[in-house]
Amino acid sequence: MTLLRLDGVSVRFGDRAVVDAVDLEVAEHEIVCVLGPSGSGKSTLLRVVAGLQPVSAGRVLLGDADQAAVPVHRRGVGLMFQDHQLFPHRDVGGNVAFGLRMRGASGGSSAARVEELLELVGLPGAGRRAVASLSGGEQQRVALARALAPSPRLLMLDEPLGQLDRGLRERLVVELRSLFSRLGTTVLAVTHDQGEAFALADRVVVMRDGRIAQAGTPLEVWQRPASEFVARFLGFENVVPATVSGGAAATPWGKVPVPAGAPEGERRLLIRPVGVRLEAAGTDGLSCEVASRTFRGTHVALLLRPGAGPVLEAECSLAGAPAVGDRVRVSFTPSEVVVLPDGP
Amino acid sequence: MSTTKKIAGAALVAALGVGTLSACGGGDAKDKPAGASDAPKSKTITLVSHDSFNVTDTVLKEFEQQSGYTVKVLKSGDAGAALNQEILTKGSPRGDVFFGVDNTLLSRALDNGIFTPYQAKGLDQVKPEFVLDQQHRVTPVDSGDICVNYDKAYFADKKIAPPQTLDDLTKPEYKNLLVTENAATSSPGLGFLLASVGKYGEDGWKDYWSKLKANGVEVVDGWEQAYNERFSGSAGGKKAKGDRPLVVSYASSPPVEVLYGEPQPAEAPTGVATGTCFRQVEFAGLLKGAKNEEGGKALIDFLVGKKFQEDMPLQMFVNPVIKDAKLPEVFTKHGVVVEKPETVAPDAIAKNRDQWVKAWSSLVVK
Amino acid sequence: MRDASPKAGGRATAVRFALMAVPLAFFGLFFAYPVAAIVGRGLKTDEGWQFGRIGEVLARPDIAGVLWFTTWQAFASTVLTLLVALPGAYVFARLEFPGKQLLRALVTVPFVLPTVVVGSAFLALVGRGGLLDELWGVRLDTTVWAILLAHVFFNYAVVVRTVGGLWAQLDPRQEEAARVLGAGRFAAWRRVTLPALGPAVAAASLMVFLFTFTSFGVVQILGGPSYSTLEVEVYRQTAQLLDLPTAAVLTMVQFAAVGLILAVHARTVRRREGALRLVDPAQTAHRPRGRSQRILLGGVLLSVALLIVAPLAVLVERSFDAPGGYGLGFYRALQDAGAGGGTFLVPPLEAIWNSLQYALAATAIALFVGGLAAAALTRRGGSFVRGFDALLMLPLGVSAVTVGFGFLITLDEPPLDLRTSWILVPLAQALVGVPFVVRTMLPVLRAVDGRLREAAAVLGASPLRAWREVDLPLVRRALLIAAGFAFAVSLGEFGATVFIARPDHPTLPVAVARLLGRAGEMNYGQAMALSTILMLVCAVSLLLLERLRPATTSGEF
Repeated sequence: MTLLRLDGVSVRFGDRAVVDAVDLEVAEHEIVCVLGPSGSGKSTLLRVVAGLQPVSAGRVLLGDADQAAVPVHRRGVGLMFQDHQLFPHRDVGGNVAFGLRMRGASGGSSAARVEELLELVGLPGAGRRAVASLSGGEQQRVALARALAPSPRLLMLDEPLGQLDRGLRERLVVELRSLFSRLGTTVLAVTHDQGEAFALADRVVVMRDGRIAQAGTPLEVWQRPASEFVARFLGFENVVPATVSGGAAATPWGKVPVPAGAPEGERRLLIRPVGVRLEAAGTDGLSCEVASRTFRGTHVALLLRPGAGPVLEAECSLAGAPAVGDRVRVSFTPSEVVVLPDGP
Repeated sequence: MSTTKKIAGAALVAALGVGTLSACGGGDAKDKPAGASDAPKSKTITLVSHDSFNVTDTVLKEFEQQSGYTVKVLKSGDAGAALNQEILTKGSPRGDVFFGVDNTLLSRALDNGIFTPYQAKGLDQVKPEFVLDQQHRVTPVDSGDICVNYDKAYFADKKIAPPQTLDDLTKPEYKNLLVTENAATSSPGLGFLLASVGKYGEDGWKDYWSKLKANGVEVVDGWEQAYNERFSGSAGGKKAKGDRPLVVSYASSPPVEVLYGEPQPAEAPTGVATGTCFRQVEFAGLLKGAKNEEGGKALIDFLVGKKFQEDMPLQMFVNPVIKDAKLPEVFTKHGVVVEKPETVAPDAIAKNRDQWVKAWSSLVVK
Repeated sequence: MRDASPKAGGRATAVRFALMAVPLAFFGLFFAYPVAAIVGRGLKTDEGWQFGRIGEVLARPDIAGVLWFTTWQAFASTVLTLLVALPGAYVFARLEFPGKQLLRALVTVPFVLPTVVVGSAFLALVGRGGLLDELWGVRLDTTVWAILLAHVFFNYAVVVRTVGGLWAQLDPRQEEAARVLGAGRFAAWRRVTLPALGPAVAAASLMVFLFTFTSFGVVQILGGPSYSTLEVEVYRQTAQLLDLPTAAVLTMVQFAAVGLILAVHARTVRRREGALRLVDPAQTAHRPRGRSQRILLGGVLLSVALLIVAPLAVLVERSFDAPGGYGLGFYRALQDAGAGGGTFLVPPLEAIWNSLQYALAATAIALFVGGLAAAALTRRGGSFVRGFDALLMLPLGVSAVTVGFGFLITLDEPPLDLRTSWILVPLAQALVGVPFVVRTMLPVLRAVDGRLREAAAVLGASPLRAWREVDLPLVRRALLIAAGFAFAVSLGEFGATVFIARPDHPTLPVAVARLLGRAGEMNYGQAMALSTILMLVCAVSLLLLERLRPATTSGEF
């Protein structure tokens, strides 16, 4: 069942549309992640849903009810701010209890709930601590506990893990995902980090300049980026113009095989690094010089400079990785080649 | 004590000097001399007075040219405050001559001994009734009368005769018409109280004020409010929609209304009830410990000289005290001569002033 | 940071003392010493100290009445001012509307007007035949309401500037966080913004209370002789009656009361002052959104129009209401004034110049002394620091006449014979300006995240350099607000200026008062014209000051 529906929502600041005719649905118990570079309008989208930002056009529906006349504090949504916005004049417990008290909870019942939540986020007994004494990760947890405390029907997270270090982030993503599925929380999160989005979300929505560039499961988006923008945003660099016809594409790198049934004509072509195969010396294929070599733990990332065309990213296994300056020949795996749908 | 003062002062001057003094720009050092730096044989005479002191530039310049002195004027608050400051700094005065002590405050000045006796050249020209101190510690300079003024238009309009005497003011036809000033804070207010003391004596004045109160007298704190806000006859009062046609002010107020009217009216819009007046006399004295005693004496001579005496009326709106001074036309034409003002002896004022004011306050104000 | 080595600790103490040396010397010499001297003169006779006088004076029923009236009217005025001005602080901090800067300068104008002028303007509003009388037949003159409203008129800017200054820099998302958690608009304000504004509101209330507790001119003019504050009594006893013993007792009573107020204040603000998240004010203000914000804006503009603009407009109207129809007659007369001779009047340009010079000097002194004090007080310390904090406020609670007369009997020997020096005027004005500077800057300085200083130190900045590079840019706005206050206060200062004997360089307020002290239409009109000029000078100075504010980049915060 659809919990949140955005219907042609636009937000304009002067002439500039920060959010431009966005349609979006979030089903109950679903975790949706809006992914996009900064300035793509994703935070504004959250503010619109919370009621903090009036819309210039369109409708916001929560559980099929139009929210236009519903003030912020009656929407029953939770929002975790990017920089937490913990109240400095209240201790940890006071922050977590805030939403409960706003809903008229008594001191006793809210105390128990606060302790429960602090335990849930891994900070048992921290209720009396001052906000200023918390580390970044602890602040994050308190902010989460505060947002969860009133059991919002929709929890929104703005760059939930943005300021944390990598190890903590990876651990927390897993924790969050299992926490949300355990609680059955419906989540709308925004982030600029694709790793975070893919790890957390059931569904990913990529935004660009206020519009939705692509929506789908993490796998769909990863496998079939809808545009060069999405592809590049996901970190792919091997994108070139190409002319597709008869199962192959003419590119600056020469002829590249494409998957069967790919659209034909003037297109843009993405070759995933995994699809760039190093061939044994002497075979034919594109001749390149190895420009750099980066160890990535499970594999080696190579930057290849071909005789013609832009540099090419490739991956190879640890064993037998060429050295910088070596000359190699490459060929392309059709299944890792994507003809991008949106024209040349 | 003085050593600590010096050390602290030097430290402070050093500390503040860089930060602040330089910020003000040094260009005005000449305009703003520090009094202390005057050499003992100074050619500067410092006159300390109240805010109302005024003299025409050319008249003062002429004195400076003839005598070779430079006159510096310090004005420090109203008459009472200015005198009290002199009493506090007795022995180490800020100036050489003090001008502005009047007969209501005279005893306080004399009792505190702040003046050096000096018989001014030209004192023989001063009308004897003004010479209240026979030791000449103070020299009379001007006199003025505090009287009830009335709005001529109002009474012409209502076809009633304006009041003339203190008794008149208690009559029913003048009910709710008079505004006066707080005797505790305003010198015309005190003067009017003293007029009633002079007329009805120490036993009778309270009775008179009970009647005035019953007849609707209004009391405001200062002359500015009474005259510029409440009084219907003044320029300010007209704008402020003042509705009291009777006010305690000065006998010189009507000529001033003419002088500063634009264009000057042919006749003063206000008149003076000559039977309600208290006479104020202002004195000047040579301060004890004056740095420039000779210059101070010369200045006092100048103050009772004909030139200054004839300049005064249009500068301070007071009457000269010397016999042969000529009054300006606007005074003779629009002013009145108060034949028999009420007076109270300075000693009696000194002795009873506080007590009278207190009794008056609880009777009229509270 | 928590380096407890004795050497480091000793050095921090040394720095603090060095910073405090100038403010301490300033207050010691130009405040504590003169006031102690004049009180001592009153209570000490040849037979020794006369402490018995204290009991005698306090037992008088009229003095008890004065004390009671002084206290309750100050309390009522403060509450009323907060009620009227807090919405104003919000509107000026958070809403964008045309003419905002001009209006912000305008509400500060009452501060610089001599009370004589203000009283007369205010009477035109609430008095007989005034605006309220004509519209609704309401007359408030000689009632206590006139006093209370005039106090609001005077102190509106105190609240708008101190509270609004901080409000503009509070992160609006704090309130949004509360809203999302289920708090209504008002609840979010009360539970999140108000506590953050706490120190600023407390500071503003304190100042308003002090100003109204020590109110002088307003009470005299609007209350008539039946209302009297402690300050009025002190003035009367000192300047008029020279009853120094009574004045000394009353001064001490006022001192004790002010001390009590400060102690209460210290208790209420002595709580966790969490480091606030300050943001660029330019980012927090927006055009009014929604009906309630528009209503709020409308209400604030209406209250400002009625309470502040209307009385000022009356003055301006009267200055043009020359004989023979509206025109510049009075202004032309002013121009001729200097030429006519006499020491009474000065050409208006000269009076403006005098006023500006004094005000600039006073502002420089106040900023210098107050800035050092605020810097020293930022480093939180024990009760000594807190005591010093309170000490800086005391000059606001002491009558100008007490200080002025104190100067006379103390600053009379070289190198400190300043009695007739021009510097005494800005010094006295700075006494009142310093508390403004400290009070406005301290909450902001304390809110600066200490880690920023540490970051600067790590990057190689000395403590002084770190203060200049980190604290100063962050508090520049507060500094300018403080400077504006100090400037406005000195521009309009009358009480001390008129007492302190000085060479004949009258300031605008003094010139106005002189004109009002005389009969005649031209004098009255010229007084109104000069008042208008004074208002204009003040408004223009404040506007320029606001322009000085550099465009802060968001990166600075």
